[in-house]
Amino acid sequence: MNIETIAKELNLKVRSGSDRLKNNVTGGYTGDLLSDVMANSHEGDIWITRQVHQNIVAIATLKEHAGIILVNSCEPAPDTLEKANQEKIPIMVSSLPAFELTGRIYNLLSKKD
Amino acid sequence: MAVWNKLKITVQTTETENYLYKNSFDVEGGNFNNAGSVSTNIKSILKNMGLPNNIIRKAAISCYESEINIVSYARQGVINLTVTPKTVEFDIIDEGPGIPDIELAMEQGYSTADRQIREMGFGAGMGLYNIKSSSDIFNLSSEVDKGTFLKIIINIP
Repeated sequence: MNIETIAKELNLKVRSGSDRLKNNVTGGYTGDLLSDVMANSHEGDIWITRQVHQNIVAIATLKEHAGIILVNSCEPAPDTLEKANQEKIPIMVSSLPAFELTGRIYNLLSKKD
Repeated sequence: MAVWNKLKITVQTTETENYLYKNSFDVEGGNFNNAGSVSTNIKSILKNMGLPNNIIRKAAISCYESEINIVSYARQGVINLTVTPKTVEFDIIDEGPGIPDIELAMEQGYSTADRQIREMGFGAGMGLYNIKSSSDIFNLSSEVDKGTFLKIIINIP
């Protein structure tokens, strides 16, 4: 499943990397502790977080995440957006809290390949 | 033996011969705007060299956590990367407060990070542990009020 499908299904607002929405999502990881995400997330994951500062882009780039979703309608900081567009990392915003968003994405990913 | 005079700290390292790649990268303490840029750069170097994915993954984790430690705690530091046919090696040297109790610093969850660092999601007390888990050789030494030296070796099978 690609990011575009997830964004459509869950009504996500795309804030950066709109040219990379065909990125394939193979799994997901939810977390706000950067070392935890660094150690335990995988390539192709969609990362669900409420951290909005620019360091999330470095993590997503290093881990080759498919994209980042910010929860609770949190908006990315301006320098985060700038960096995300440079690194071509899609950042999206959801109005849902992390628990609910994670559950919905988990169900979407389990339903279809 | 190599000496980093610039950092006012002397460190003895064994010179690795027959290396495929060798370079030094400066890291500025306190600058979170660029945090991770050295690691991103090093990762693409290792990728271009065609190293196996799991080696790149371990190197990226080790390098990133080390870089964040310099940014979070030190005034300045250097990440030296050496790649040989059998290893990826990092010599990470910083000029800073040092670590008074290394055993304690290695404990998962222990951190001296201030509130600002924690609010960004750093300082969870996982960094050194993650580096150790991702490496085959992990040697940490430090002198209080001078700096810290970390030697990391990741074996290429």
